[in-house]
Parts: sequence; structure tokens; C-alpha cells
Amino acid sequence: MRKQIPIYFVLVSGIVMIIQYFVPSEESEWLFTYANDWVIVIGIYALPLGIYSLVKAEFKKLKNPGEAFYAGVLLFGYFIMVFTGLTRASREAASLHMVLFNNILIPIQATIFSLLAFYIASAAYRAFRARTILATILLLTAFIIMIRLIPLGPLSELNQWLVTKILTIPNMAAKRAITMGVGLGVIATCIKIILGIERTYLGHD
Amino acid sequence: MTFWEKLMNLDRRWIYLCIFIVVIIPAIISFKVPVSTTPEVKKVFNFIDEMQPGDHFYLGIDYDPSALAELDPMTYAILNQAFSKDLKVIIGCLSQFGVGMAELRLSEVAAIYGKESGIDYCFLGYRPYPAIVILTMGVDFRVTFPLDYYGVPLDSLEVMNGIRNLMDVKGVVDITAGNVADMWITYGNGRFGFPLAIGVTGVMSADYYQYLQSGQIFGLIPGIKGAAEYEILSGFETTGLQSIPYQTLAHAVILLFIIISNVGYFAARRKKGR
Repeated sequence: MRKQIPIYFVLVSGIVMIIQYFVPSEESEWLFTYANDWVIVIGIYALPLGIYSLVKAEFKKLKNPGEAFYAGVLLFGYFIMVFTGLTRASREAASLHMVLFNNILIPIQATIFSLLAFYIASAAYRAFRARTILATILLLTAFIIMIRLIPLGPLSELNQWLVTKILTIPNMAAKRAITMGVGLGVIATCIKIILGIERTYLGHD
Repeated sequence: MTFWEKLMNLDRRWIYLCIFIVVIIPAIISFKVPVSTTPEVKKVFNFIDEMQPGDHFYLGIDYDPSALAELDPMTYAILNQAFSKDLKVIIGCLSQFGVGMAELRLSEVAAIYGKESGIDYCFLGYRPYPAIVILTMGVDFRVTFPLDYYGVPLDSLEVMNGIRNLMDVKGVVDITAGNVADMWITYGNGRFGFPLAIGVTGVMSADYYQYLQSGQIFGLIPGIKGAAEYEILSGFETTGLQSIPYQTLAHAVILLFIIISNVGYFAARRKKGR
């Protein structure tokens, strides 16, 4: 019973939503909006669960001397942002919440992302070696794409032409094949879920 | 270890040091790098340029602060272009960390042109679940956003008069650093068919050329180079063009290290062969 009822729900909902997609009427539009509202509401219930899980895990780490400092910083940052952001006034640029957001979170995120440049440089140096024919093709392609940002005088135009050709012919063909494969896989999985063949989303007893 | 083998196995700290030095150089010695414009960026520029004063379009600021270096110049240039042409802009965020940043950018540019929230633009704010939000905005903005970011009901905003859903705007330009672009293509353009253009980070750009040819997107602004192109076209220069020398030098160093690594590899292999 615990598994049968959700499977029937999924079957009916799936078929109704497939029919809805192909029926352009006011009732169909209402149903679509109503169903989407439900998805958002259900999703919001996951938020307290996530917060509870995070706080619980970090409080546990506080007991471990090796992890206590970072867990403490995380919990301190979390509670400060929650309490300073509780009112609508916290959305104003001069509020403490926005000052913390603009002067701590934005620089931290931008810095962490910028560090990628160093890792990419190191990874490119080690990975792009012409060991095989395929590796050589990858190396040459990467070289042509990357060199487009370097002024090469009259050669720049030729390089830009090559870049466009690479991006719009082999790259596009490969991407399309992958996208179509993924799309077909998604359709197959959806049909399996609707028909109750795929049941892993129900969890295990 | 021979010289050639050493060349192949440089300590990564030397690479980090070189990158560190070259990204400092443009900050000390200012120079410009020529940037040519591409058709995919021109199409986005023309789309906004050809709109008439009072026309509406939707601008998605769907990125986190982590991608602001690449994507902020696009947002600045597009907002400047739109406000200078007296266009009405509806702005939304589908990235939870982006909303405060987007509000800051928006109020900065709006203040330059004396534009007011509710009259010249509508800032919707953030809602979770991008795919659902896009699908719902395709039916009615008011379902997902009954109030704007500042808590004002959408129905009372002058800028939203006659605008019910995404089909009522001239088109959508989405600036994003994540898979939100895919959602705009699949659930936005795919389901509702409105004109869509996207601005993405450099590493993402190769993934979206296929949608250009199929017509699912009419324009593409790829990374900081795309942002610099847009700045040249629109004449609103911020950090896009300024960032190109940094990127050029960093790319040159990476290419140099790739060459060094391969020279070492082939020389070592040749020596072993002998």
C-alpha cells in the first residue's frame, strides 16, 4: 500500500500533465499553474529540513577540536545572516545584512572562483600533451580557441574564422548528439516513472 | 632527471607564480587589446537597439557573485543601453545569491538615468526552482511574483500595465552562469516561443552555439570577450574591455606552458628513442 498509492498518484499526474501540454485552453492553463504552485510549495518544505540537517551536522563538528573552528565560523555566519535578514528593511543597501552580503559574501565568492585560473593553468600544462592522435586533436583545438584572445595582427581574422568553424561544426555536432541522447534518456526515464517501472525515487524499506 | 624531463614536470607553484605576475601587469601598465565584434553579440545589441521607447523586455540576472567579473559588464551595458533608450525593463533573479547583487547594479544604473522602480522598471526579486518560475512567468508574472522585490503589488505598478506574462514582452535576455540558460531554452523558448538571447561565462559558451543555429536563441554573449564586444557596440564601457588585457596575458601564459610541456615531452621521447 505504501508504494502502490504513490505509484498511482504519479501515473495519474503524469498522464494528466501530458494531456494538459497538448490542450491549449483556459482550464488547462489553470491546471498547469496550479500544479506548478504545488511544486514550489512542496519544494519549500525541503528548506527547513536542509537547514536542520546543516545546523545539526555543524553542531556535531563543534565537539571535534579539528573541525570546531570552521564549524563555529559557519554557524556564526549563518545565524548573523539569518537574524540580520529577518525584516524587509534588510533589503536596503545600507542595512547590516546587505553590507555583510556586499562586503563579505561577494568578495569571497569572486575570489574563490578567480582561483580557478591558477588551477586551470596548472591542469592545462599537465593535461594538454600530444601523446596520441586524439590528444593532439584536443590540444590543437584548445590552442586555436584560446589563442583568439591574443592579438595576432592579420592572423587574428583567420583565427576567428577557424574558431567559428570549430564551434559551429564539430562542437555543435557533438553537443547535439549528446543533447539528443540525454533528451531521449530523460523521456525514457519519465515514461518508466509514470508507468511505475522505475521506482527508485520511492526509496528503500 | 634530464633538462627535458624537468621541463615536463615543473612544480605547479612556478605556474601559479607566473599567472600571479601576469595578472598584476595590466593593473600596473595599462594597455588595450583590440577586440573584434561577432554576429552573435551584434544580434543581441540590435535586438535592444531596434526597440522603441516604452517597449518592454525581460532581463534575467541569474548569476551568483562568483561570476560577476565575467557577467556584470554585460548587465551594466544592457541596462545602460535600455535606460538610455527609455525602454521598460522587467528584471528577475533565479539565483539565490544574485538577488542582492542584482538590486545593487540595477539601482546604480537606474540612478544615472533617473529611472524609478515601478514606473521605468520592475524588479521581481528571487524565487526558487528556476524551471517552475519560468513556466509560471510564461502564464502570469503575478502567480510567482504577486509583489515585486520591494513589496509592492505588481498590479499597482505602472510599468506592469498590460504586461501579463512573458509573451507580452518583446523578448528575454538572460545573463547566467549556470544551467538556468538550459531552462530558459527548454521551458521558456521551447514552450512559449518568445525571442531569447543569453549571456554566459566563457567556459559555458561552446555549449550554446547549437541553439543559435537552431534559432532557439537569437543571440549569444560569450564570456568577458562577449561583454567587451557588447561594450564596444553599445558605447557603455565598464569592466569588460578593461578585463581583456588580464585575460589575454593569462591565456598567453597558459599557451606558453602548454608549448613548454610539449617541447619537453617530444624532446624526452626523442632522447629515449636514441
